[in-house]
Amino acid sequence: MTDVETTTFALRLIPLMPFLGAAVLMLFGRKMSRDWVNIVAAGAIGAAAIAAFDAYFHALPQDGALADNVWTWMQTGDFKVDVAFRLDALSGLLCLIITFIGFLIHVYAQGYMEHEPDYARFFAYLNLFCGAMLVLVLGDSLPVMFVGWEGVGLCSYLLIGFWYKETPNADAGKKAFITNRIGDFGFLIGMFLVYQYSGTLRFTEIDAATKGAAFLHASWLGAPVAFWACLFLFIGATGKSAQIPLYVWLPDAMAGPTPVSALIHAATMVTAGVYMVARMHLLYLLSPGAMAIVALVGAATALFAAIIGFAQNDFKKVLAYSTVSQLGFMFAGVGTGNFDGGVFHLYTHAFFKAGLFLCAGSIMHAMSGSGDITIMGGLRKKTPWTFAVFTVCWLAICGVPGLSGFFSKDSIVAGAFGTPIFKEAGIAWVGPLVGTILLIAAAGTAFYMSRLFFLVFTGETRANDEIKHHIHESPAVMVGPLVVLAIGAALGGLVILPGALFGHEEWNLLAHRLDPVLGHELEVPHSIEEIFMVISSLIAVGGIAAAAAFYFGGFREPAKKFAAAVPGFVQLVRDKFRIDELYAKLFIRPVKLIGDGIFYVVDRILIDKILVGGPAALTGFLARIPRWFQNGDGQGYMGWFAIGAAALLFFATRPALSGEPRINVSGLDVDVDARHGGKASQQPLEYEFDFDDDGKPEVTGTVSTAHHTYARPGSYKLRITVRNPAWGTSQSETHRVEVQ
Amino acid sequence: MPTNYYLVLSFILFLIGTGGVLLRRNTLIVLMGIELQLNGGNLAMLAFARALGDEKGHVFAFLIIALAAAEAAVGLAILVGLFRGRQTVNLDEATLMKR
Repeated sequence: MTDVETTTFALRLIPLMPFLGAAVLMLFGRKMSRDWVNIVAAGAIGAAAIAAFDAYFHALPQDGALADNVWTWMQTGDFKVDVAFRLDALSGLLCLIITFIGFLIHVYAQGYMEHEPDYARFFAYLNLFCGAMLVLVLGDSLPVMFVGWEGVGLCSYLLIGFWYKETPNADAGKKAFITNRIGDFGFLIGMFLVYQYSGTLRFTEIDAATKGAAFLHASWLGAPVAFWACLFLFIGATGKSAQIPLYVWLPDAMAGPTPVSALIHAATMVTAGVYMVARMHLLYLLSPGAMAIVALVGAATALFAAIIGFAQNDFKKVLAYSTVSQLGFMFAGVGTGNFDGGVFHLYTHAFFKAGLFLCAGSIMHAMSGSGDITIMGGLRKKTPWTFAVFTVCWLAICGVPGLSGFFSKDSIVAGAFGTPIFKEAGIAWVGPLVGTILLIAAAGTAFYMSRLFFLVFTGETRANDEIKHHIHESPAVMVGPLVVLAIGAALGGLVILPGALFGHEEWNLLAHRLDPVLGHELEVPHSIEEIFMVISSLIAVGGIAAAAAFYFGGFREPAKKFAAAVPGFVQLVRDKFRIDELYAKLFIRPVKLIGDGIFYVVDRILIDKILVGGPAALTGFLARIPRWFQNGDGQGYMGWFAIGAAALLFFATRPALSGEPRINVSGLDVDVDARHGGKASQQPLEYEFDFDDDGKPEVTGTVSTAHHTYARPGSYKLRITVRNPAWGTSQSETHRVEVQ
Repeated sequence: MPTNYYLVLSFILFLIGTGGVLLRRNTLIVLMGIELQLNGGNLAMLAFARALGDEKGHVFAFLIIALAAAEAAVGLAILVGLFRGRQTVNLDEATLMKR
């Protein structure tokens, strides 16, 4: 636990600078010259790197953290989320990796993307990614981390599909994004569970809450809440960090430019899941069951991806499966409670895998863009610098003693065998099982990496003459970062060496720094550690030797014989065990069918036909009548106008019979008032009263009243006619009169 | 002479004009029909003005003459535009709104 917390305004500058760089490049990049783009892009990440180094090595107090509360993001009642950053030994280490390797790759990309017309857009995305990644690791609460988590996902999507004009690239971007969304769904549910039972989303407060009763005793769906929270958060991690079952997007992500593969899909973004588990380690430690799942999934992924790596013939595909496999190692590390070891492997892997990817870029640059290792070979002499760097990184990832990968991988394997955390839960077999799988995976790693190395650098070049002719070493701007990464890959593991060599744990520089955050390093007896150092070394050398027998100098007899003996199996591995096809059948097809069904029923029929088409058809039907009049024929309009005017004239000039006349009946006498007191007309009118409607009016004259006496009782029709003598118009109406 | 004679003449003029407007296809003739309608109206105005001894009718007649001149100017301008646009002055060939 950290004790000292120093508040500093400067912390926000670390993510801010790449964001500023991205904003400048997005707004003005098109108008800027390449030199200016280089200065802005590399300058932004370089400044962030300087700030991060200063914060980590100078400002960060031992056993402490730096905090920067920028603003309150949202607040409702007790729920409050601040946009706040926090740099402790763990997030600080990640910041160093991101900014330092990010800077190297920014420099390298200046050479690699030399011929790219959309130069500024690339660097804008790259800067944006670095900013989002820094937000991810520096965020001091789950929501802020999630913002970074989504931000890096977006940048990953944008950069995988950077050459979006080719459909497969755009599809690979979509696949990465959608697969990650599935993981994010788990992350969100995990976040909700954490909030429900701890009442907070800040990491420090969650850590404190893990000691409380709510987490220890609450259960949900028959299992402790901690188990579910950890499991759902881990689902998020499997998406982001390409673990079984959501690893399928990462190999396809190689469609992006190679510097992107090195930075995002090897060194930084894909390790976010490992970082998250390490960040939440107190929560994970509450649930050995969830830890076991993390460890087993990690180990299974490590082995599975390594096997697929045996048969891939694309340079970057091999490295992609290698990344998936190495991420499995990291998860196996954190899953066995060896958080130090997992983060240590994250750190060493960042160097040697970024180096390997950048070598891949350099080689593909030399091979006119082709990444097919079956046509490579003999590149040792033609690309000496790349060869040297690749050799160092290759030996590092194989786990040859003395190089960084050896220390970190050994730490994970030894930790898995020696871990005490599963004992109490009665699942002590998990540790040795994970360790054994990891040892096999390590042998596989040595084999497929050596296969790659021998096929690319030894023997004769198998490409055609045209490509052969063009092979050249990359420019200094690309080789420089490679050399730096090689130094890191070679020496990066030495930070733990003093402790390991002299048996003084406090001399272990990395653990010394991380212990306050991650708790004390896993105590593994020295005897176990030494045994596994020997076993790991033997396994690494054995894997390399086996690969040499198969592939040194090209496809040798044993390799050909093996492929001929089990062609079906080799093809199955080359097809990645057809997991993509399986997913397509199991998930994508049904979802597509449901989607199509909904599309046809709801969209096409309900909305298009009924809800939209119905009113439209009704309106159309009703519109037929006015359309008959409104036919665009001006003379027709005038004709209707004339008819209307004539009708108006006819009715307007008729004398008014305003409403019901007043009819008074008394006995046989009837009094009628046709105007019943209304206004007198201006024109003289004539009235006719035909009391028995026989055509012969009984009373005529200019007076509107009349009197008549019926001869006998009965029911009579009274017709009143008004006439305007000036116009010759008239109007008449009849009324019934009952006389008793 | 009785006012009615003038009114009948004015009505006949107006009817002839209306017939021209409604039945002829040539815009020029239609414009001439409109002139006849206006003149029929003018004659009725003057007849009533004299019969009722009210000068407002004369004023109206002048107003209508001015209006008729303006209408002829605008109408003929449109006619020229129409002819330029589609090489015809027939109204039944200028029915874009129909489609």
